[in-house]
Amino acid sequence: MAELAAGILPSGDPAFNYQEHELNERLKHLYPAVNEEETPLPRSWSPKDKYSYIGLSQNNLRVHYKGHGKNHKDAASVRATHPIPAACGIYYFEVKIVSKGRDGYMGIGLSAQGVNMNRLPGWDKHSYGYHGDDGHSFCSSGTGQPYGPTFTTGDVIGCCVNLINNTCFYTKNGISLGVAFTDLPPNLYPTVGLQTPGEIVDANFGQQPFVFDIEDYMSEWRAKIHGMIARFPIGERLGEWQVVLQNMVSSYLVHHGYCATATAFARATETLIQEDQTSIKNRQRIQKLVLAGRVGEAIEATQQLYPTLLEHNPNLLFMLKCRQFVEMVNGTDSEVCCLSVRSPKSQDSYPGSPGLTPRHAAGNAHLHAAGADSPTCSNGVTPPAKSKSHGFTGGVKYASVSSSSASASSSTSSSPSSVNYSESNSSDSTKSQPHSANSTQETSDSEMDVEAEHYTNGVVEGSSARIMNGTYKHEEILQPDDNSIGNGVTNDSCSNGRQLCGGNQAATERMIQFGRELQMLNEQLCREYGKNTTHKKMLQDAFSLLAYSDPWNCPVGQQLDPTQRESLCSALNSAILVSQNLPKQPPLMLALGQATECVQLMARVRSGSCSFARVDNFLH
Amino acid sequence: MACLLEAPLRISVLSEVTATSRHYVDRLFDPDPQKVLQGVIDMKNAVIGNNKQKANLIVLGAVPRLLYLLQQSSSSPELRTECAVVLGSLAMGTENNIKSLVDCHIIPALLQGLLCPDLIFIEACLRCLRTVFISPVTPVQLLYTDPTVIPHLMSLLSRSQRTQEYITQIFSHCCKTPEHQTVLFSHGAIQNIAPLLIYHSYKVRMQALKCFSVLAYENTQVSMTLVNVLVEGELLSQVFVRMMQRDQPIEMQLTAAKCLTYMCRAGAIRTDDSCVVLKALPCLVRMCSKEHLLEERVEGAETLAYLMEPDVELQRIASTTDHLVAMLADYFKYPSSVSAINDIKRLDHDLKHAHELRQAAFKLYASLGSNDEDIRKKITETENMMDRIVSGLSESSIKVRLAAVRCLHSLSRSVQQLRTSFHDHAVWKPLMKLLQNAPDEVLVMASSTLCNLLLEFSPSKEPILESGVIELLCGLTQSDSPALRVNGIWALMNMAFQADQKVKVEIVRSLGTEQLFRLLSDPDSNVLMKTLGLLRNLLSTRTHIDQIMSSHGKQIMQAVTLILEAEHSIEVKEQTLCILANIADGNAAKELIMTNDDMLQKIKHYMGHSNVKLQLAATFCISNLIWNEEDVQAVVNSDCAHKGSQERQDKLREMGFVDVLHKLTQASDPNLCDRAKTAMQQYLA
Repeated sequence: MAELAAGILPSGDPAFNYQEHELNERLKHLYPAVNEEETPLPRSWSPKDKYSYIGLSQNNLRVHYKGHGKNHKDAASVRATHPIPAACGIYYFEVKIVSKGRDGYMGIGLSAQGVNMNRLPGWDKHSYGYHGDDGHSFCSSGTGQPYGPTFTTGDVIGCCVNLINNTCFYTKNGISLGVAFTDLPPNLYPTVGLQTPGEIVDANFGQQPFVFDIEDYMSEWRAKIHGMIARFPIGERLGEWQVVLQNMVSSYLVHHGYCATATAFARATETLIQEDQTSIKNRQRIQKLVLAGRVGEAIEATQQLYPTLLEHNPNLLFMLKCRQFVEMVNGTDSEVCCLSVRSPKSQDSYPGSPGLTPRHAAGNAHLHAAGADSPTCSNGVTPPAKSKSHGFTGGVKYASVSSSSASASSSTSSSPSSVNYSESNSSDSTKSQPHSANSTQETSDSEMDVEAEHYTNGVVEGSSARIMNGTYKHEEILQPDDNSIGNGVTNDSCSNGRQLCGGNQAATERMIQFGRELQMLNEQLCREYGKNTTHKKMLQDAFSLLAYSDPWNCPVGQQLDPTQRESLCSALNSAILVSQNLPKQPPLMLALGQATECVQLMARVRSGSCSFARVDNFLH
Repeated sequence: MACLLEAPLRISVLSEVTATSRHYVDRLFDPDPQKVLQGVIDMKNAVIGNNKQKANLIVLGAVPRLLYLLQQSSSSPELRTECAVVLGSLAMGTENNIKSLVDCHIIPALLQGLLCPDLIFIEACLRCLRTVFISPVTPVQLLYTDPTVIPHLMSLLSRSQRTQEYITQIFSHCCKTPEHQTVLFSHGAIQNIAPLLIYHSYKVRMQALKCFSVLAYENTQVSMTLVNVLVEGELLSQVFVRMMQRDQPIEMQLTAAKCLTYMCRAGAIRTDDSCVVLKALPCLVRMCSKEHLLEERVEGAETLAYLMEPDVELQRIASTTDHLVAMLADYFKYPSSVSAINDIKRLDHDLKHAHELRQAAFKLYASLGSNDEDIRKKITETENMMDRIVSGLSESSIKVRLAAVRCLHSLSRSVQQLRTSFHDHAVWKPLMKLLQNAPDEVLVMASSTLCNLLLEFSPSKEPILESGVIELLCGLTQSDSPALRVNGIWALMNMAFQADQKVKVEIVRSLGTEQLFRLLSDPDSNVLMKTLGLLRNLLSTRTHIDQIMSSHGKQIMQAVTLILEAEHSIEVKEQTLCILANIADGNAAKELIMTNDDMLQKIKHYMGHSNVKLQLAATFCISNLIWNEEDVQAVVNSDCAHKGSQERQDKLREMGFVDVLHKLTQASDPNLCDRAKTAMQQYLA
């Protein structure tokens, strides 16, 4: 909401701030598809784009006439600050006639940039108006057509632009008067014109609730467009489409390693799986290791199964090793884990320990520019990069991490843009539920422990079940998050009981040694490929953990959060798939991303229906 | 229970019946109940979607046997249920099938079945009952014959989604009279059905909504109860508003708007309530738009016409909403020329609905234009509007004719339209033709319209007079229908207003004094008022007064006396006194009053009446009697007249009128005061 900061008035007027807040809320609600960074919505009359006989007051919402008003040559108009964005789909504003002045020669309507302001709306090319004195509509012409009733002091006149079929209708006191104009050009500005002394009108661009029920009108068009999509004729190609859809589902399952589900699905739909079973299972195993924080084992397994993969991806290897170091600090990596006499309950501190379901954050973030509140940040910490959603969601935690320089990969995982995907996740996860259960059984004993402990603990039972299903319902996770750590700790009856490398001396030594190796690897990479600031930063952040007595509650402690494993997991999975000549992204996600982009493109090419054809409307 | 067909017919039909159908029926009589059950199931599968098979089975007498099996308590629940299912399937066929089923007393049998505890069986019975009752050939009264049925149906409502759907559907189809409404209402229909309005199943919600629309129609008691009903804490009117949201199915929007319309017309919701002005009315206007089905457009227009009929503000709002007036013009374009060429099916559909569309549009125009002059102007300026009305007046469909004449009537309230478009299009011609031979309801409207066309400023008055309308109107005054008598005499009254002697004589001659005096004792006070009005119009201008009074003076004075002596409303008495005042304005006619002391006493009485209007009229009468004629131009012999006035003044002074007049000059009512003063001045002159 960059607009907020660029508000017209200096803050300090609480009533105005409140109104401004109301306005933002209402506009966001009415026009969710509009990206105001690209196409700002009209919020007031423009003090620059008006004739001199027009006076503005009340935050540039009230317009009064201050000319001589002798004849039509004294007419004067004002335009709104911005043109109506096509992505509104349906746009609406209202004007209240505060006083009809001497003769009530008032015109309400639309005009394009550059149309003469010494005129009433409707008289010139690319200008459209409805006039109060005779009730006529003026469509780029000096002569009006009989249109509606006259209007005068006390009346509220609304103007609705339908950007789907490029028409416009007016309302009077909440009653629709029917279509006034058709074939409207794009980029019109809300416009009013006055002509005689004493005429005063107030605009409502969303500051107040509208008299006319515009949302009801919008709902009709939403239903129409959804109906159009649902009834889109596919004719003879029905079978073809079905195969495509089945392949999409199948490839998605395979991509993320839902081996049993994929097999069952393939059997039911009689489709073929490109990749062979063992390959899927291998990937699945590696992913599980990463998500469980056992990165060392994951690296080992990768090197064993795909010998040349990490050799050819030194950056990926470095990232993995960095993560391994972090996990050592955490006490989860097997290299330190086996050394410590592990208190089973120590695992409890990872209620958010990722299950198998992918979150699509890192891999796909680039596909999305838009998106609102992100539900993906499981520890409730909103990285600074995400300032967009502060006002609405994670703002509470903001202060506590203000200095946190989360690694690039981790910030993407909680980027607002992932909203679509996380939703798709949840739908997908229902399908994968039986499989998740399978996979739990398939996992090694130690992981079984992890799961089991979640239950015994009981504190986060609900959320752990959800994690098994692969859903990251944030509001829910958020709650157990900090508390559950607290709770888990309380159950352990040692409030600061989490210790470096699980508190084991030998493990700590191993960690230090590993840190040195990592440092050397970095230097080696620098020599071979030149300096890499990302690596440097990553390394710095990882090492910084050692500087704090309680790494979990330090400015860089976010790294320790289990959800941070996901992006890495996804990157590794993609790398493996690429090495096998398979797509690094499942086609389903590609299609979804493409659809989202398409809708945004529609907004740019001024196809208003994009407003009611949003991808997230179809993701339940 | 038997369903016997006439023997010869039976034989002739039987010969065509296939052996297989025979076989199905025979199996119903098998001694083994298991085989009977299988037979019924096979029959069920055989009749689905096969109208011919259904007819065959009915002819072969399957129905009584099925009913017998259904009613036997010894039958297994499965068998009874399957029987009900087969009967339901038979009912799905043609109207003849339904008739046969009803003739076999299927309804009481099924209603009896509802007492069984088995829900599956109940559902099957209800389903069949539903199918039978929604057919137009079934007498709905059959639902109400047994008084225990409705309460039992109410108690079954909560059993399952199916019972809800079927029972509400039965109710919504079988509630046709105020009595039905009362029965359903008194058995708790509102409380039982209201929760279903927010039920998850669309079918149930829709049928519940339909129930409310038929319950509320012209029923104040139901409507008044409905406004206070809460459904999960929400007022019913708000539930209806939600159902009218534009993304809801059209059928639901339309029916919800109907509910609010009926509640509004029954006085339960104010006409300025936002749920009417901003929701129901715009919703109904939307229903009239081209994008909807013809049926929906008809229903929308009719409901809208009904909603705004009594309220000028709603008429004004509707007239500016979404170009309604222009939108309605489209109702006259069916069947369109395009559809005729392209698509026979479409043409058939259009033809079927063309009449309905036209009459709906006429009704809506009539309602729109009933009060506001600007709206009438807008309507008459709509493309070819007057031509459409004119041709509508002579359409074959009575519904269209009636609606057209209603529309014409509504527009005829406009002075401007009477002077212009009515005359230009000679609407009186088809109107007169319509009056020759039409059912009463059309006659009422047509004659009422004629009344307006006969107003003195109407240019159509002359040609109508020449077309022999007087006979026709005099005929109407003898009708049994009070509305027709009023219109007949009203039209004559308008015709006599400032008419020339010839017309007046013709009216008196054609009507006959006997009929005139019969009308003066008409039980309908409207008829009496208009008859007095006619008399008053006849008795205007001195020569006419004298002429009529010379021939009918005695009877008229008698009638006047009778009315003044009888119990009548103030308006009637005022009108009568005005007639007396007109008589007093005549030259010779004056004497009829002056010589009648009884009458003079009556006038004196009314001068002292508590009602100012009567005082005024009586004073006016006296004023005419004492008038000094010298300053009146039309006097033939001024000396004589002067002498007359002197005598009258003396006589009236003797009778004490001067004192009364004197007292009245002090009256608080300025008109009365002026009138009395003017009269007093005559004495001074």
